[in-house]
Amino acid sequence: MIPALRIENLRKVYADGFEALKGISLEVQQGDFFALLGPNGAGKSTTIGIICSLVAKTAGRVSVFDVDIDEDFPAAKKYIGIVPQEFNFNQFEKGYDVVVNQAGYYGLPPALARERAEKYLKALGIWDKRNVQSRMLSGGMKRRLMIARALVHEPKLLILDEPTAGVDIEMRRSMWEFLQEINAEGTTIILTTHYLEEAEALCRNIAIINEGGIVENTTIRDLLRQLHREVFILDCAEQVSEDTVIDGFPTRRLDPHTLEVEVEKGQHINQVFAALDRGGIHITSMRNRANRLEEMFVNLVEGKA
Amino acid sequence: MNATEQWNAFMTIVRKEIRRYLRIWTQTLLPSAITMSLYFVIFGTLIGSRIGEMGGFSYMQFVVPGLIMMAIVTNSYSNVVSSFFGSKFNHSVEELLVSPVPNYIILMGYVLGGVTRGLFVAVVVTLVSLFFTDLHIHSYLVVVTIVLMTATLFALAGFINAVFANSFDDISIVPTFVLTPLIYLGGVFYSMDLLPDFWAAVSRLNPLVYVVNAFRYGMLGVSDVSLPVAFGMISLFTALAFGYSMYLLNTGKRLRQ
Repeated sequence: MIPALRIENLRKVYADGFEALKGISLEVQQGDFFALLGPNGAGKSTTIGIICSLVAKTAGRVSVFDVDIDEDFPAAKKYIGIVPQEFNFNQFEKGYDVVVNQAGYYGLPPALARERAEKYLKALGIWDKRNVQSRMLSGGMKRRLMIARALVHEPKLLILDEPTAGVDIEMRRSMWEFLQEINAEGTTIILTTHYLEEAEALCRNIAIINEGGIVENTTIRDLLRQLHREVFILDCAEQVSEDTVIDGFPTRRLDPHTLEVEVEKGQHINQVFAALDRGGIHITSMRNRANRLEEMFVNLVEGKA
Repeated sequence: MNATEQWNAFMTIVRKEIRRYLRIWTQTLLPSAITMSLYFVIFGTLIGSRIGEMGGFSYMQFVVPGLIMMAIVTNSYSNVVSSFFGSKFNHSVEELLVSPVPNYIILMGYVLGGVTRGLFVAVVVTLVSLFFTDLHIHSYLVVVTIVLMTATLFALAGFINAVFANSFDDISIVPTFVLTPLIYLGGVFYSMDLLPDFWAAVSRLNPLVYVVNAFRYGMLGVSDVSLPVAFGMISLFTALAFGYSMYLLNTGKRLRQ
């Protein structure tokens, strides 16, 4: 099966001499839900900009569903729907017009454009606001408007650059559900996000980009398997002393009812519970100190992994 | 994109442009009607009555073609420059750049948007002029052709200005310091015969001279320049402006990183 996206030795040097991409290669398979992670300035948005023609590449090849952008960019563009990081629609236009116009730019006839606009504005829950000037919409509604706009020509590859930035939790969850639905229907999705929990919840494969190079490209599951250590926060029913020690597990008291315990790969957390139980301490709840993927991400970009 | 898809994309841009200037008609259509009415009252009626004939016509009849053309030039130019720069400023131009629509369709869509506004205002100004003088049409063919060519030329010029503009100041500098002087020195209010030979020769470098005189020929049957030369010069300027606009779009200058 041909990949949805193939990037080979992609380089970008900006006019000021900054090398944003240092020859990255990447492949995203059809139907995948793929995460592209990296700190600010790592090269994520440059990569996306090149794929959708807003940034001119310096060298390398990009093909979308086997269509090389150097050979037939218009054909490649038809496959792509893009949801950028910044709001990039005319805020004085009605949301409905923003979506209908975008359909027109892809060559859809007016009747079909209106039909699709209705379909996706309804699917994203902003049909009621269709005649409101888009500047009057909330941040979350503007994000959903951009998703509707990106989907109106029904692309096979949807690229979302930080789609849930600034969106409240409830709306983020509903956007996740929507993206999972369209992915299940066959749309390949590439997502960049700062919410690593989002990548862990949604994506099957992941590439981590840092300083213009790919530092990791694997499945989320394999990436998490690489974790050597996890830190758990334990809420205790009884007060614990400051010098609480659990053999083999570095432990720190955060407050009289809370302990922080490090568990190395290969160790069993049951041993922690047993040791505390022997000391008459009962655990009421437990959680990870930080998102596991976040920890992995920090290790990778700092070169510790 | 096949021909039908390109047509759909083209009409989408044109419709969007027309909706834009109709939505803000108090900023786009009304000012020209008011300004031109003042020109008719002050230059045509009050001062014109003391000037007497020019080129064999009353001064009011003489200035009407120039004033209509002035409205067409400023409106077709300012529509494209403000709309395209606005889309750069709010990044909505990216909607077009990420889509498969060919560059020449983008250019033609914006240009036709500017042309329609120029025509719209021309009709309004012509209707206003009827309150002050009779309408003479010497050649409908020349009038229609020259109006369309002029509106196209200045819509293209507005597009080039918009591509290079970095701020809203930049889109007012050219109309204020270049376009307005060219209009005033382009024979709207006087005949070239009144100028000394040297300045009459210099004036022939001004594209507005050809535009105004060709249009005046279409309406009154008189012109300071030969009609074929006027059409030739306007065609040349239009071809250059179109070629340069396409170059800017194809290379992505000031539009893509």
